[in-house]
Amino acid sequence: MLNMLENVPKTDPLAFPEQKAVIDRILEENRDLPGSVMVILNELQSNIGFISPTMQAYVSKQMHVPLQQIHGVVSFYSFFTTQSRGKHTVKFCMGTACYVGGAQQLIEKAKQVLGVDPGQTTKDGMATVEVCRCVGACSQAPVVVVDEDLHGRVRPTKLPQILRKAQQ
Amino acid sequence: MKYYRTHVLVCVDPECLAKGAHEVMDSLQDELVAQGLINEVQVLETSRIGSCHIGPEIMVYPEGVHYVGLSTDDIPYLVEEHFLKGRVAKKFLEPEVEAKDEELSAPTSKEVRVVLRNCGKIDPENIEDYIAEDGYEALAKVLTSMAPEQVINEVLASGLRGRGGAGFPAGKKWQFARAPKADQKFIICNADEGDPGAFMNRRVLEGDPHAVIEGMIIAAYAIGANHGYIYCRAEYPVAVKMLNIAIKQARAYGMLGENILGSGFSFDLEVRMGAGAFVCGEETALMASIEGKRGEPRPRPPFPAISGLWGKPTNVNNVETYANVAQIILKGAAWYASMGTEKSKGTKTFALAGDVNHTGLIEVPLGINMREVIYDVAQGIKDGKKLKAVQIGGPMGGCLPEAFLDRPIDYESLAAAGTIMGSGGLVVMDEDTCMVDIARFFMEFIQDESCGKCTPCRVGTRRMLEILQRICNGDGRDGDIETLEMLCKYIKTTSLCGLGQGAPNPVESTLKHFRHEYEAHIYEKRCPAKVCRGLIRYEIVDACTGCTVCARNCPVGAISGERRKQHVIDVNTCIRCGICMQVCNFNAIEVH
Repeated sequence: MLNMLENVPKTDPLAFPEQKAVIDRILEENRDLPGSVMVILNELQSNIGFISPTMQAYVSKQMHVPLQQIHGVVSFYSFFTTQSRGKHTVKFCMGTACYVGGAQQLIEKAKQVLGVDPGQTTKDGMATVEVCRCVGACSQAPVVVVDEDLHGRVRPTKLPQILRKAQQ
Repeated sequence: MKYYRTHVLVCVDPECLAKGAHEVMDSLQDELVAQGLINEVQVLETSRIGSCHIGPEIMVYPEGVHYVGLSTDDIPYLVEEHFLKGRVAKKFLEPEVEAKDEELSAPTSKEVRVVLRNCGKIDPENIEDYIAEDGYEALAKVLTSMAPEQVINEVLASGLRGRGGAGFPAGKKWQFARAPKADQKFIICNADEGDPGAFMNRRVLEGDPHAVIEGMIIAAYAIGANHGYIYCRAEYPVAVKMLNIAIKQARAYGMLGENILGSGFSFDLEVRMGAGAFVCGEETALMASIEGKRGEPRPRPPFPAISGLWGKPTNVNNVETYANVAQIILKGAAWYASMGTEKSKGTKTFALAGDVNHTGLIEVPLGINMREVIYDVAQGIKDGKKLKAVQIGGPMGGCLPEAFLDRPIDYESLAAAGTIMGSGGLVVMDEDTCMVDIARFFMEFIQDESCGKCTPCRVGTRRMLEILQRICNGDGRDGDIETLEMLCKYIKTTSLCGLGQGAPNPVESTLKHFRHEYEAHIYEKRCPAKVCRGLIRYEIVDACTGCTVCARNCPVGAISGERRKQHVIDVNTCIRCGICMQVCNFNAIEVH
């Protein structure tokens, strides 16, 4: 793990000057904040889209925090991912109200339309399907979130139309 | 194949048929023939287009115009306008739906709004709106005329209890945090509202962020803290945005920062975001997360009031608790204590969801009974069905049967019934819900969200889930119920934090109130509510018109049949998802 920073993979965000600049800026801005690790990782996740093992090593080195601690935090929280994801994310809410409202059927329908299970990305890299816990829109259950857009009271017949946005 | 310039789809689902869709279709055909357009316009039948309550309705392509509420008398006009002259016949267009707040509607007569009083009424992005509604008046009163002890006594006298779930008296908590001498103390607002089915806190943060901030400043003054954090879950980006705007404005108006309102008291606040870990709603895990660590709870004592964030005395309350504080200071403890029951004072917000006619947020005085909430405030069960259970308190809460509807909703009564107040999620379930399946759902959630630090919760919940999955799959065995009961007892008594200690609640309460359903699954291999996939099968009956809707929607291609002929489900391919039953317009699919 230690020499990870010497052989940065060509596809890693750290290998692209633009993205590296973003990473450096995030580190610089939050360096002195108490409890900065969470803030930095949250920022990296939302700006870069994922936190690769090499990025974790980089954060560890820059922040003087042991790598295992960084990895421990990244692997603990479900929002942090270590691999790049599809262009779009399709999240199926699995809160109580959505479950009772038929979220399971929507996931099955999505499997038919997109050909992937939750947690996977479509072959063309367009969409990543996820199951999430309660987005807090229970009065509109069942809920599907495509990127930032929330769709409520979704029926299996209407799902393909909603998913079309995530396929292009 | 013949080409047409226009296609007209006529909705022929049962609702529209009942309103005369076929007559409209026939008259449309006749009129097109009369106008000599029949070779240019094709009329087809289709299933449901829109909501159908103003049927019969048609869809005209390629324009994509949707006409509703047609009768045979309207057809000549419509054909002349649209198909002959090419103008949209405006009077048959679907009326625009008036925008309405789906989450928070006007209060019903049983409601009292304290926490939600400003939500949807004021502009959350403008501090002046809040000030116009008596905002920050309580803070001014506290800073200019009350000693910290007086503030604590006022909150104590109001009887306000922690609204996060456990119901610990807020004033007591402040007293504990005030006692130790320290160079620094912290105030934390727990906005990690993770319970599925609960969204009251989100709405307050988004709609009235200053109320929470004001409550926190008052609490900070009472315990002597100079810095605060609002820990908000990452699933609520809008709430985080509103909070940040509100904090900035409060600073600009001198409500936050150095020397607040010229009183010499200084306090500042910042928002920290979670990253999708349910256990971070537990106060010690939450503090670990703010410190930048894995959100794992630690044993108490020491309690946060003695050694909390970075080892400093810390007071943690939830959003709703803080949102009550300013009102208590302004209107007095006696006013607040006049609402509620002997031990549970004030009001409580609930998020109503599930099979009721009116879903959304409500705020009612504690002590109201469940029947009033469900049948008066929520206007009863959807589609005239029967109520089976009310799930209250989130994944660590329990399911209550109809027999409990007349008991008051307060902390003590709920605990006696085997559930908790929780943060206020109320999911109402009708007779079509399988309680074993619900118990399995919650166990799956808890097992997934268990942080893994202590063994009873990590391993115990997994064992329970395995048993429940087996029962739902139809492989339940004699002795499973007893094993579950034993595991419930052990996990409850030996887990480290509230998550593990509450984990068995959904199973325990369903075992207590719906034991017969478990027995039906295990001994009769039957799911009474026809939900558990391992124990049911779907069948297409004579009512089938062969419309092919089910076959087109089946995710595994298990349905076959010719157009206009009865279809058949291949039992071996069928995964029993029930989509076919949901999309069928003729009630031709039955479950056994």
